Amino acid sequence: MTDTIDTGARRSIRRAIPRLGLRRGQGAGEGLLLALPMWLVFALFFLLPLAVTLVVSFWEFTQYSIEPAFILRNYADLFDGCIDGLPYLCTTLKTYLSTLKFCFLVWAVTLVIGFSVAYFLAFHVRSLPMQVTCFLICTIPFWTSIVIRMIAWIPLLGRNGLVNQALMGMGVTDQPLEWLLYSDFSVILALVHLYTLFMVVPIFNSMMRIDPALIEAARDSGASGRQTLTNVVIPLARPGILIGSIFVVTIVMGDFLTIGIMGGQQIASVGKTIQTEIQYLQFPLAAANAVLLLIAVMLAISALLRMVDIRKEL
Amino acid sequence: MTTTRRTFLKGASALGASTLAAPYVHAQEAVTLRYLSTAVNQSPGIAKKASEDLGINIEYIAVTTDDVARRVITQPNSFDLVDTEYFALPNLVPSGNLKGMDATRIDRADQIASVIREGTVGGKAVGSDGTAPFEVLYLDAADGKAFSSEPTEFITLIPTTYNADTLGIRPDLIDGEVNSWAALLDPKFASKAAILNIPSIGIMDAAMAIEAMGEITYGDKGNMTREEIDFTIAKLIEAKRAGQFRAFWSNFNESVNLMASGEVVIQSMWSPAVTAVRTQGIACKYQPLKEGYRAWASGFGLPRTLDGRKEDAAYEFINWFLSGWAGAHLSKQGYYPAVLDTAKEYMEPYEWAYWYEGAAAEQDIMSPSGDLLEEAGATRDGGSYEDRMGAVACWNAVMDENQYMVRKWNEFIAA
Repeated sequence: MTDTIDTGARRSIRRAIPRLGLRRGQGAGEGLLLALPMWLVFALFFLLPLAVTLVVSFWEFTQYSIEPAFILRNYADLFDGCIDGLPYLCTTLKTYLSTLKFCFLVWAVTLVIGFSVAYFLAFHVRSLPMQVTCFLICTIPFWTSIVIRMIAWIPLLGRNGLVNQALMGMGVTDQPLEWLLYSDFSVILALVHLYTLFMVVPIFNSMMRIDPALIEAARDSGASGRQTLTNVVIPLARPGILIGSIFVVTIVMGDFLTIGIMGGQQIASVGKTIQTEIQYLQFPLAAANAVLLLIAVMLAISALLRMVDIRKEL
Repeated sequence: MTTTRRTFLKGASALGASTLAAPYVHAQEAVTLRYLSTAVNQSPGIAKKASEDLGINIEYIAVTTDDVARRVITQPNSFDLVDTEYFALPNLVPSGNLKGMDATRIDRADQIASVIREGTVGGKAVGSDGTAPFEVLYLDAADGKAFSSEPTEFITLIPTTYNADTLGIRPDLIDGEVNSWAALLDPKFASKAAILNIPSIGIMDAAMAIEAMGEITYGDKGNMTREEIDFTIAKLIEAKRAGQFRAFWSNFNESVNLMASGEVVIQSMWSPAVTAVRTQGIACKYQPLKEGYRAWASGFGLPRTLDGRKEDAAYEFINWFLSGWAGAHLSKQGYYPAVLDTAKEYMEPYEWAYWYEGAAAEQDIMSPSGDLLEEAGATRDGGSYEDRMGAVACWNAVMDENQYMVRKWNEFIAA
């Protein structure tokens, strides 16, 4: 059905073009012109800073100055001990592995939770007003800042926090659990709490576009609930899952605030390393690190995009 | 009477002149100085009093310790007066963005505390490991980019505050005495210790602890060799893997929260943070240690581009700052001011006795804002000025091998 509308629309546009006196060549020129503001913004605020970062990453620096140059020392410093130090991992590798570990775990947990919430909203809540209400409720945590939502966990999870007091009060443990705070656990908990909505929204959006008739058809054809889920809902919700995954992966890769606060600053993250370098005016080193991070994120995103053609799906 | 066009215009111009005149005079009077420093150094009380006494407006720009230095180097026109630490000077002075201050325009230049001018307290030399202020106090010329070891007329920074830092402890949660920096890495406090995640200061605290354990004797804790850095970081990594640290902190509030919540019972700490924990009614002691203190000093510098009325106003403000009121205000928060004698004039005798002489408080000790700090009978942790500043072992520093050290510190965080 969508196809017929599509071709219909295209045909009417094709008919309109001669009427407006536009020839193909002119149309293309005008299209470029119309896209120009967007291009300018893009060039000024994205390409230019990126180019500067790349250039600076090859510069020389002292403790109080940076000098234009073309040296590879910043990159060499970054990978210092990465090869001759094997089998012990160098700082950079270790930091990236730790960041990737968080990326993967947070992605997996937010996916499960995000998918379940979206599924519930899309298929179990029947009326549209109710769906909208439930959806708005999901966004309530976003009314406060990220830092506040993070810090709110600290009195809960601390050594003398509510959770430990409750556990000891119930006699489950007699010693406070130390791993609740300033640990991998608390970092993952906070990241999941902060970013699950980024998973819910696109998946919910994809699910809302699934024609209910398809699910009925699956049931009529004798598919079990599980089969409907794996063969109908998940493939059709794939663009949403992918977009949500891209959000979560890119955010967690660059995060240093959450890992810093919830990890008691004992856990390294690429962002924190860059921040420390900037604080000590080691801009070229920070730039080299940023370029590496960018490459890592782009690799992750391109791997995700292999799985789905976003332009086609949207 | 007929209102002609002529009389109307006359009236209008008179009106215009009178309304224009006022802001013009006003603009002549009040100079605004943009005062760049960390938030801890920016007392609203001082800005208010300065504006009353001098008619100079102080506009605070609050950033973190490291950002003050970064701003001086990267945006030297964004402030008129900077309050920065002496240890940043080896980075700031070569940039040429600060000017040598004219000592003849500073009324009390020769009354500045001897610990800053000469590195002595009561005639006895204190430790000079690290960037001791007297080593970087003078420039060789007004626009010099090198320090002078002899006193000259060109001063880098006029001290605002300085102090001696040590470990903070929770005496209610600790059994037995703590009297050495070694306690920071003592397995007895495993998972209850914290260190600060500002590499240049954190590594000094670690060095104090490791040296106290008898593991190494540093040539200069504030200017380590690569081997010394390697050794220190290796020890820190070992302690971290053994679960010594509960967390690291990088700003004042984090250190207060760690201590107040009981997550940490021993950590490197700053004096006002100890006070902040105590005002919550929680026992916290700024424990004097036998190896001595790690000291720091902060002071006013002027950007090279400052001139004319703003420069005059800056000198006027600095002279006012040294004239006593501000010194007393800071003393009552636990800091030490540049000129002690003038501060004394603005303090009650019992306050002076408590803050400077190590005597028990005759009356309740109040903060400048009127909060109760200590009840009558209490004595200051560490005792008198001579006892505290006289026991300084090292000063905050930026090492020659700073780049290497920061890299190794990142390795420690990632370990």
